[in-house]
Amino acid sequence: MNPSLLHQLYNLSPLALIGISIFIFLRARQTPLWGEAFRRLARNPSARTALAVIAGYASIGIADSVGWYDATTQERRTVIDAIFERKPERTYSAPLATVTTGEPKPQKIREKHILGTDSIGADVFYRTLKGVRTAFQIGGMTVLIVTPLALLLGLTAGYYGKWRDDVITYIYTVLSSVPGILLQIAMVLVLGKGIIQICLALGITRWVGLCRMVRGETIKHREREYVRSAKALGVTDMVILVRHILPNLLPVVIISTTLGFSNLVLSEAILSYLGVGVPDNVGSWGNMIDAARDELARDPVIWWNLAAATGAITGLALSLNLFGDALRDAVDPRLRS
Amino acid sequence: MEKLLQVDDLRTWFRTSRGIVKAVDGVSFDVAPGKTRAIVGESGCGKSITALSILQLVPEPAGYIASGKIHFGGEDILERSWTDMRGLRGREIAMIFQEPMTSLNPTRTIGWQLSEAMTVHGKDAQAARARALELLERVGLRDPNAALRQYPHELSGGMRQRVMIAIALANRPKLLIADEPTTALDVTVQAQIMRLIKELQDELGMAMLLITHDLGIVSEVAHDVSVMYAGQVVESAPTRDLFRDPRHPYTQGLFASLPARNRRGQDLVTLDGIVPDAANWPVGCRFAERCVHKMDACSTAPQLHGSMSGRQVRCHLPQASEVAK
Repeated sequence: MNPSLLHQLYNLSPLALIGISIFIFLRARQTPLWGEAFRRLARNPSARTALAVIAGYASIGIADSVGWYDATTQERRTVIDAIFERKPERTYSAPLATVTTGEPKPQKIREKHILGTDSIGADVFYRTLKGVRTAFQIGGMTVLIVTPLALLLGLTAGYYGKWRDDVITYIYTVLSSVPGILLQIAMVLVLGKGIIQICLALGITRWVGLCRMVRGETIKHREREYVRSAKALGVTDMVILVRHILPNLLPVVIISTTLGFSNLVLSEAILSYLGVGVPDNVGSWGNMIDAARDELARDPVIWWNLAAATGAITGLALSLNLFGDALRDAVDPRLRS
Repeated sequence: MEKLLQVDDLRTWFRTSRGIVKAVDGVSFDVAPGKTRAIVGESGCGKSITALSILQLVPEPAGYIASGKIHFGGEDILERSWTDMRGLRGREIAMIFQEPMTSLNPTRTIGWQLSEAMTVHGKDAQAARARALELLERVGLRDPNAALRQYPHELSGGMRQRVMIAIALANRPKLLIADEPTTALDVTVQAQIMRLIKELQDELGMAMLLITHDLGIVSEVAHDVSVMYAGQVVESAPTRDLFRDPRHPYTQGLFASLPARNRRGQDLVTLDGIVPDAANWPVGCRFAERCVHKMDACSTAPQLHGSMSGRQVRCHLPQASEVAK
């Protein structure tokens, strides 16, 4: 099996995002604003905990990205597969149970499953771990689409104003007046199921908020004295935008990106639940929750599949939100209530 | 003598919801090479907008230069395109702003911003860096090497204004526009900064357009003074003449309102009334409503009368215009 170029691209996307984050972190630490912000973050216990949890998730995602093609089966296997994959059972089994559930005649099961197994007998814990990479891929890749798009359009609209502002404002006003979820479903139906398609669909509908914010901030900074004095020095508009105004917008952009990331993780679950999410052969919390629709109606109730996926989503989204909030407080202590 | 800067009948207007605000409405003055022209007047009289108009930095899209001519080195620079103006800004004409606290980019180091002023006009980065150090030394920063790597918030207001001066003078401009360079500073620092500007002006032989409302600074630094009121120049004269013998009733009022040793213990004199609305200037003399010498002729707008001695007065009063003729 020859992985296509697109596959290779999204295999690389988490690494690219990590690289960019580290680069931004190192650059930022040298500036007084961020240096101070990071010191404040480091003193905040909830931020530290949140970051540790995010790092835990991220390392699972990375471990699941490091893979190889198995010589005998010709299938892609990753570190996570090698460590956590369990032999399939016949069907459902409760966490740590010794026999299967939901069969007229319960069968003895072959291995211990700390979170039980699902309808096809796959280990739920393993399936939950497989969802991490997907969540990060969708969050990360969409952020990589949204942020440049929002920055480009927001800066242009805010700085140049006039017809450029009118056109961009018109586009995002129209876009934001269409319910996002409808647009996403429509796009996935047109483009087909797949992670990249979902990222595109989410990316195209999610840039509006950040763009609006960047536009507003740019208008604010455009009138600042330092921009006027740069103009009085003969600095070109492009240089003023990129090297003077953009660095001043970074706090806003980074915070909103962090918070947006957790939103995207939730969106994936919603799309998968609606049946327009990632393909079935990819690990996905949304697909697990989708499956739980029937499982909750069964007797005895199959709760562990839903609980594992929900717990995983909540853990990640909550840590991202806590970290984003802490980051905002650290960057701008005046916002702390 | 050939004038370095000549502003003729400049009108800079703003479109607002209240109509067209004529912030600068027919201002003329000139600056000779190496000399200092001060423009004085109260807040809102249009002096800062006049300064911004010269560099064509009037806040757009509301503001625009409605008419007038600005000659710099013999060339009408209002004819220049935005791109061509850029070559002039910072290289031939530099500007220092009122607020040293906010005129520097908070996210960039002093060294970066100082170097940028030079690299924009084609200096290579290494040479710019070296000259940056030299400039910081010249403007009197205590530790210029450390300052290169510092951020604006790490410096005091006075130090930041010194940095602004260094940036403005980086390319040895022919004309420096200083828009209230000391207003935001402590009184003790004000004197130091003005002295520094004066020294550097003599050193570089550049001309200066000093916008201020501080008559004390004017008397020490300026060769010529233009007094602005309500978007117009009401009196223009060599500094010494103006201080010895102010002719326009507004100028007289300004001087009368200064504290003086021989009026110790008395209340300060104030001018009654307020400046008229810039969206709706009166038809006649704009100062008439506040003028102690108001007469019938004031219902028609007075012209700026010139004299041989270089004095110009915009007033119908015989004692103002008589000697001026």
